[in-house]
Amino acid sequence: MDALILTIIATSIPLLLAASGELIAEKSGVLNLGVEGMMLSGAVGAFGAVLWLGNPYFGIIAGAISGILMASVFSIFTINFMTNQVATGLGLTIFATGFSGLAGAPLVGKTIPSLPKIEVYLLSDIPLIGNIFFKQDLIAYISILLIILITFFLNSSKPGIVLRAVGDNHNNAHSIGYPVKKIRWLATCFGGMCAGLGGAYIPLLLTPHWSEGMTSGRGWIAIALVVFASWIPWRIIVGAFLFGGITIAQFVGQARGWPIPSQILSMMPYIATIIALTIISGRFSKNKSVVPESLGKPFVDVA
Amino acid sequence: MKKILILISIIIIGILAYLFNENKTETKISKDISTSTKVGFVYLTTPGDHGWTYAHELGKQKVKNHFGKKIITTIVENVPEGPDAIRVIRELAQQGNEIIFTTSFGYMEPTLKVAKEFPNVKFEHMTGYKRTPNLATGNIRFYEGRYVQGVVAGLMTKTNKIGYIGAYPISEVIMGINAFAQGLKSVNDKASISVIWANTWYDPVKEADAAKVHIAEGADILAQHTDSPAMLQIAEQNGVFGFGQSTDMSAFAPKSQLFASVNNWGPYYIEKIEALRNGKWNTGEAPDHWAGNKWGGFSTEMLELSEFKNMPEDVIKKAEEVMNEIKSGKLKIFAGPLIDNNGKEILPAGKEMDDGGLWGMNYYLQGVDGKIPG
Repeated sequence: MDALILTIIATSIPLLLAASGELIAEKSGVLNLGVEGMMLSGAVGAFGAVLWLGNPYFGIIAGAISGILMASVFSIFTINFMTNQVATGLGLTIFATGFSGLAGAPLVGKTIPSLPKIEVYLLSDIPLIGNIFFKQDLIAYISILLIILITFFLNSSKPGIVLRAVGDNHNNAHSIGYPVKKIRWLATCFGGMCAGLGGAYIPLLLTPHWSEGMTSGRGWIAIALVVFASWIPWRIIVGAFLFGGITIAQFVGQARGWPIPSQILSMMPYIATIIALTIISGRFSKNKSVVPESLGKPFVDVA
Repeated sequence: MKKILILISIIIIGILAYLFNENKTETKISKDISTSTKVGFVYLTTPGDHGWTYAHELGKQKVKNHFGKKIITTIVENVPEGPDAIRVIRELAQQGNEIIFTTSFGYMEPTLKVAKEFPNVKFEHMTGYKRTPNLATGNIRFYEGRYVQGVVAGLMTKTNKIGYIGAYPISEVIMGINAFAQGLKSVNDKASISVIWANTWYDPVKEADAAKVHIAEGADILAQHTDSPAMLQIAEQNGVFGFGQSTDMSAFAPKSQLFASVNNWGPYYIEKIEALRNGKWNTGEAPDHWAGNKWGGFSTEMLELSEFKNMPEDVIKKAEEVMNEIKSGKLKIFAGPLIDNNGKEILPAGKEMDDGGLWGMNYYLQGVDGKIPG
C-alpha cells in the first residue's frame, strides 16, 4: 500500500508544481499556454546540469532557471510587444519542445543519480504516515510549502492583492499607479520557475534519463488543473492527486483484473475537469470573481 | 530599449531557424549525382527516443556505410501519423527520392495514398500489411525474441509473477505477449504474466508508474512493449530484472537488464536498395497476404539479442540454445496444441500456426492473466 501511495504522490508532483505556477501567472492576467514547453526545458536543463556538475541539487536550480528563461521569452512577446497570449503560448510550447530536443541531443542515453530522500528526524519512523509524508525529496516538500505560501500570498498579503487587482482589471490597477507590466513579468517568471521545477522532477526523480518530449502532455494537464481548481490554490492539490490517483488506480485495476475498463478510468480526470468547467461557467454568470477578469488580454500602456 | 529587444529577438529567431533547419533534414550531395540513388526515410520521432526510431537511425547508418556515395539519404523526423505524413511522403517523392522508407505502422494509409500518386517511386512501409505493385512492406519477427525473454523470465523469477507493460492491445503486441507466455510455460508452469496497458507508445512517466505498480503487486521480472527506458530504470531502483526494448538499454540499467531484443533494420534496407539499384526491386512473392514481403527474425539477423547479463551461466546457456533452435527452425514457437487462457483450444496438436493466424491473435494463451480490453 505504501508503495502505491508513494507512486501516486510522485506522479502528481510535476502537475502540482506546474499548476501552482500557472495559477499565479493567470491570477495576474497572463494566460501562458507554454507550460508544456517550460516543463520540457526545465527537464532538459536539470538533467544537463546534474550530468555536468554531478550533484542532483544543481538540477533543481537549473530546472528553475530554464523555466524562468522560457517564461522570459514569453513575457517579452506578450507583455512588451503585446502579442496574442494564446498564440504566443502555443508557439512557446512548439519552440521549447524542439529546442529542448536539440539541446538534449548529446544527453540521450545517459543516466544521473536521483535526488536523495530527506528523512525528517523521528517523524519518518511513524508507520505508513512517516513513509508517505516525512521521507520525501526536497522538491516534494517545496511543492507543498509552495501551495501554502501561495494561498497566504494571494489572500492575506498586500503584493498578492495587488497581483489579483492587476489580473482583474489592469486599467484600474495601472491608473492607481501599480506597475502592471512589471507585476506580470514577475508572475509569468514565477510560473516558469514552477513549471521548470515540475519538469525537472521527471528526470531528477521519476525516470533518471532524458528523452525528447518526455513530459508527454503533462503541461496541458497542469493548465486544465488550474481551471479544475477554479483558481483556488488548495484545490490544485486535490486535482493533482486525483489525476495521479486515477492513473495509478487504473494500472492497479489492470494488474489485479478489476472488471472496469481501463479506458473509462483514463477518462475520469478529463471528465472531472469538464464538469468543473461547467460548474464554474454556471457560477460565472452570477459571481464574476472566479476567473481573473483580464485573463488573456494584453495590457496596452496608453500613457 | 524596444528596438534593441526587437533586434535581439530577430537574431535569436534567425539562429534557431538555421539550427533547426539543419537539424531536420540531412542531405549529403555527392559529386556524381547522376548515378546516386536518392533514398528517403520518414521517422515517427527522433533518434533521441533511444528506442524504435533510434533503431531505424542505426539501420540508416548501416545503409550509408554500405553504399557510401552511391546514395543520397534524406530523413524527416517527428512526422505525426496522419494527414501531415501524406504531405511529408509526397514531398519526398516530389524531391526525386527513388525509394522511400516509412517507419511506423500508422503511416500505412498515408504511404498507400502517395504510392498510388507516384507509380514510379518505390515505397517500403514498416510494419503494415497493405501492398500495391510499388508499395512493399517490411517487419521483424519481434515475437521470437519475446519467446527467449519468456524462457529467461521463467528461470529467473522467484515470485512467479511477471509484469508486462503493453502499449495498445493490437495483434503485434498480443503476439509478443503470447510468445513470451509460450517461452515461460516451457520452463516454468507456475509463473504467470500480468499485463498493464499503458495506452501509449511513449510516455516515460506513465511507463515508470506501470512498472512501479507491477513491482508493488509482486512482480520480479518486467517486460515492456513501449518505447522508453523508464521501466528498466525503475527495475534498477527496485532491484528487480527486466528486458530492454528495440535497442540495448543496459546503460540505463546495468544491474537489471537481462538482455534486449535489438531491431536490426540495416540488412533489410540494404537488400531493398540494392535490389532497386539492380533493377530487381519487386514486392516479393508472398503467397500469404499477412506474411509481409520481408518479415525476418533471428535467421535473417533482423532481430538480434544484446549480451546476456545479470543471470547465471546455466540460464545463459539455455537462452542461447533456445535462440539457436528458433534460428534454425527446430523450435516452433506457436505449435499446437495452443490453448487460450479460458481453456478454449486454438490450434490442435501437430499443427503450426501460420502468419495469418499470428496477425489475427485477439486472445491470451495460457500463462497470461486477465483478458484483453475492448
